[in-house]
Amino acid sequence: MDVREIPVAKITEVVRRLCIEANTILGDDAVAALEASLAVEESPVGRDIFRQLLRNAEIARTEGIPLCQDTGVVVVFLEIGQDVHLTGGDLEAAVNEGVRQGYRDGCLRASTLDPLTRKNFGDNTPAVIHTRLVRGDRVKVALAPKGFGSENMSQVALFPPSHGIEGIKKFVVGRVDAAGPNPCPPVVVGVGIGGTMEKAALLSKQSLLRDLGRRHPDPAVARLELELLEDINNLGIGPQGLGGRITALDVHVETYPTHIASIPVAVNLQCHCARHKEAVI
Amino acid sequence: MSESIRIRPPLSDDTVVRLAAGDRVLISGIIYSARDAAHQRLVEQIRENRPLPVELDGQIIYYVGPTPPKPGMPIGAAGPTTSYRMDPYAPILIERGLKGMIGKGLRGDAVIEAMKRHKAVYFAATGGAGALISKTIQRAEVVAYEDLGTEAIRRLEVEAFPAIVVVDAHGNDLYREGRLKYRRG
Ligand code: SF4
Repeated sequence: MDVREIPVAKITEVVRRLCIEANTILGDDAVAALEASLAVEESPVGRDIFRQLLRNAEIARTEGIPLCQDTGVVVVFLEIGQDVHLTGGDLEAAVNEGVRQGYRDGCLRASTLDPLTRKNFGDNTPAVIHTRLVRGDRVKVALAPKGFGSENMSQVALFPPSHGIEGIKKFVVGRVDAAGPNPCPPVVVGVGIGGTMEKAALLSKQSLLRDLGRRHPDPAVARLELELLEDINNLGIGPQGLGGRITALDVHVETYPTHIASIPVAVNLQCHCARHKEAVI
Repeated sequence: MSESIRIRPPLSDDTVVRLAAGDRVLISGIIYSARDAAHQRLVEQIRENRPLPVELDGQIIYYVGPTPPKPGMPIGAAGPTTSYRMDPYAPILIERGLKGMIGKGLRGDAVIEAMKRHKAVYFAATGGAGALISKTIQRAEVVAYEDLGTEAIRRLEVEAFPAIVVVDAHGNDLYREGRLKYRRG
């Protein structure tokens, strides 16, 4: 197998483009979920909000204005083929250069800062980068600007095995209940179950990259997703927390084997502004 | 659904007490943007008895940190940010005459108490509708704390800015009531 050379400048270019697209073009999956919700929402205020969100997506797409002013911290998942040779510089620096250019050229908000001094770096770098080596000679870039209204309402817990599936459900639904209007419902709920503390958190984040409406391939996990969705929508929180039938657009669960002594569970809340875009190089 | 109520700051106590949780409003006129860092500075200045860069009497503060404007536009995306982070500062501003706050999300008991005592109202704008809301902002001008960038205080001239009364000056809270109405099981 030959090695395929990819200059890191190519990664910069793709990241730049994905930053702008993700922030201004709501995915077809999210638009379809909002339309479907408008059709079933019973609350008049809730229906009004769905109409506003659809109109918002339309304005953002046609005028290039960001969907939301919180253009987030940029989370980048890189899947790098084992047969790729990256040339011309440092990979992470190339990703961050793409973020810098995208946020500058797209008139996007710089929100990242030093966690202690609170000094803003001014260009929304650095991104949070997760890299995985996979088979093949391609590079897949999945990019998700993450708003913190919803990120701040997320949580990880490590339960004893006696908690069981009922305990997991209680925790997930309880998290959405406690967050109420804060994460800009309707939300998408990402759940990671298993692994270790950080693995569960990562799974919950990764699950948000899946298109809305797509179920997990494992029927047992898919069933859990639907049960959680029903329980969450029974909370009555509704669009923007003002009461209604649709509190969540979807629930995504990802799992990984864990230790005999634990059930790690992470809940990553994502607002309706479910931004993610990907490209394969 | 009932018609929207049109309001224009400065708000009198009379206007404020008539607004009820669940009312939809369209705000026109001048409102001020401020979020975390600006609140911290405003409260510091009040504590040190220094004059404020904007007079709060009867005014509305909008919790927003907009994106930079595209060329030729007054402002970028400008939806509300989560309000609870302003809770430690809000009662002090309400005591100083602030009559309205626009944000999203729950408010703490101390804020609601201050709203009842001094007659103020909390509005929610639609979180994540930043592009839509930007269309109601005709002009934006930084009036204080320019060094804070997106967090600077801006004087915003708005026309028919859509919001909903969530907590009124009597302490009614639509977040609580709306949820109970649709809760199942
Ligand atoms: S939670 Fe989402 S929709 Fe709400 S302000 Fe943040 S990024 Fe925007």
